[in-house]
Amino acid sequence: MSHGSDFKSLIWGAVLLLLAACVPLVANGYWMSIALTIAMFTVLATSWSLFSGPTHYISLATAAFFGVGGYLVGTGMSDYNMGFWPMVAIAPVVGAVLAFLIGIATLRLSGVYFVIFTLGLAEMIRTLVSWIQNNFTGSRGLYVLTDLTEADIYIYLVILAAVVYLAGWWINRSRLGFALRIIGNDETVARHVGINTATSKVILFTFSGFVAALVGALIAPRYTYIEPNGVFSPEISFIVVIMALLGGTGRLWGPIVGVIPFALLQEYINANYSSYSTLVMGIAFLVIVYFLPKGVVGRIEQLLAKRRRSTW
Amino acid sequence: MVATVLSVANATKRFGGLVAVNNLSFEVQQNEVMGIIGPNGSGKTTMMNLISGALRLSEGSISLDGRFISTLKANQINQRGIARTFQLVRVLPGLSVAENCMAGMVFGHRRLWGDQARYEAGKLLERVGLSGKEAIPVGSLTYIDQKRLELARALASSPKLLLLDEWLAGLNPTELQEGINLIRSLREEGITIILVEHVMDAIRSLCDRCIVMAAGAKIAEGSPAEVLADPEVVKVYIGEDV
Repeated sequence: MSHGSDFKSLIWGAVLLLLAACVPLVANGYWMSIALTIAMFTVLATSWSLFSGPTHYISLATAAFFGVGGYLVGTGMSDYNMGFWPMVAIAPVVGAVLAFLIGIATLRLSGVYFVIFTLGLAEMIRTLVSWIQNNFTGSRGLYVLTDLTEADIYIYLVILAAVVYLAGWWINRSRLGFALRIIGNDETVARHVGINTATSKVILFTFSGFVAALVGALIAPRYTYIEPNGVFSPEISFIVVIMALLGGTGRLWGPIVGVIPFALLQEYINANYSSYSTLVMGIAFLVIVYFLPKGVVGRIEQLLAKRRRSTW
Repeated sequence: MVATVLSVANATKRFGGLVAVNNLSFEVQQNEVMGIIGPNGSGKTTMMNLISGALRLSEGSISLDGRFISTLKANQINQRGIARTFQLVRVLPGLSVAENCMAGMVFGHRRLWGDQARYEAGKLLERVGLSGKEAIPVGSLTYIDQKRLELARALASSPKLLLLDEWLAGLNPTELQEGINLIRSLREEGITIILVEHVMDAIRSLCDRCIVMAAGAKIAEGSPAEVLADPEVVKVYIGEDV
């Protein structure tokens, strides 16, 4: 909690983000595509862990917000002749409202009940959107045709990542961040030291819904063709959780430590053994839970602490 | 004239068919240390939970400084000035000792933050006998130190009323003496306290007044010496180690 190291990490973050923004200058099409995936999951996993990290509420609803973002851009542009940017403005607001409502509805749930509820809800939204599309808006495909290149989208996502990191940095230093850590430790104690646990949780959950929907909207042009089963795929929620847990949710920069290797691994598997990608996801999950419960970052910090103690 | 801090009127709590607290009324005056005693299962902790807002009353009312608090939530009650410790000690394992203490002063009756909160936390930890242990992981504190920490967290909000739920339970004789001295020093500072306790030595030496509960109802009220001599109280305690 020392302020000096706080500002140092802010400067470090700024330098790394600037470096990340330079990737399009050097990357070819193949690596640009991977960088875009990494940027997308970095934003998703980091905003996910702003809520789920301190509170230990594992949300599997990311796909719902991400999907809403992508789908709104698709349906807005294909069915209602809207421009890309107006839809990008609308999508996160809808995502935030949805997250707010889910947050209110799940306040009394904790542990595995919360996990199952968010998963079920995301699936319900996916089915609902598919059903509406099939029955009411015709079976036309939703095309998202823009002039944006992958490099453009990548830069937008890096900017969004900067905003998310800044928000996370601010939250961690604020009363709100402290409140969330207390909630994650013991919610009964949290209430008895004067924390409005409901408000704190809903604020963060809403924020993560806002960000996930915005990511879904921004990245929609990459897919060109939007299909509910694709953008609402529960796999997105699971991958976000796995990546964040692999990196570690104890630090703001933890998730990206998981995102990069996992995205590369997935790329490799998809390219070479595409039918095994689900298997790899499952194995990765087991490995994390058994060997890296606090993620790579947590493990490194543990080792450093041990070394510091033994040298004293 | 003494000011009434807490006033409990006809408090009743039912869990389904079980009446855990039955039509209980009492008052606590400023600077008073009041004990709630009674055999296991007599509803003492339930009463504490009703005051702190962990549980909602079925009937009756509770007011703090003349204002009803019985419809408020636990966080709102804490903000009005009631802080508590728990029967089974509840420290926050993922936070440092200093942060555990700060947790009590950031959101509640007192709203400090930043350097001021850190400074106050340091003073409070010293006050309860934890100075020098700020850097130790909370999980490796001894039982009494965890209890001290929980007390520091409760005191951190500078409460109008402090609820101690068997804070002295489970301590060895040396620790018990330290614990009693610590509460006595709080009492000398003029903090208003309700304590639920089984340790009769503590009741005798700390409490101005006691109420005795049995099966959810109040069966006696008065000074510790009076209530412990009451034949009815003796009767409910038969078979227990008094």
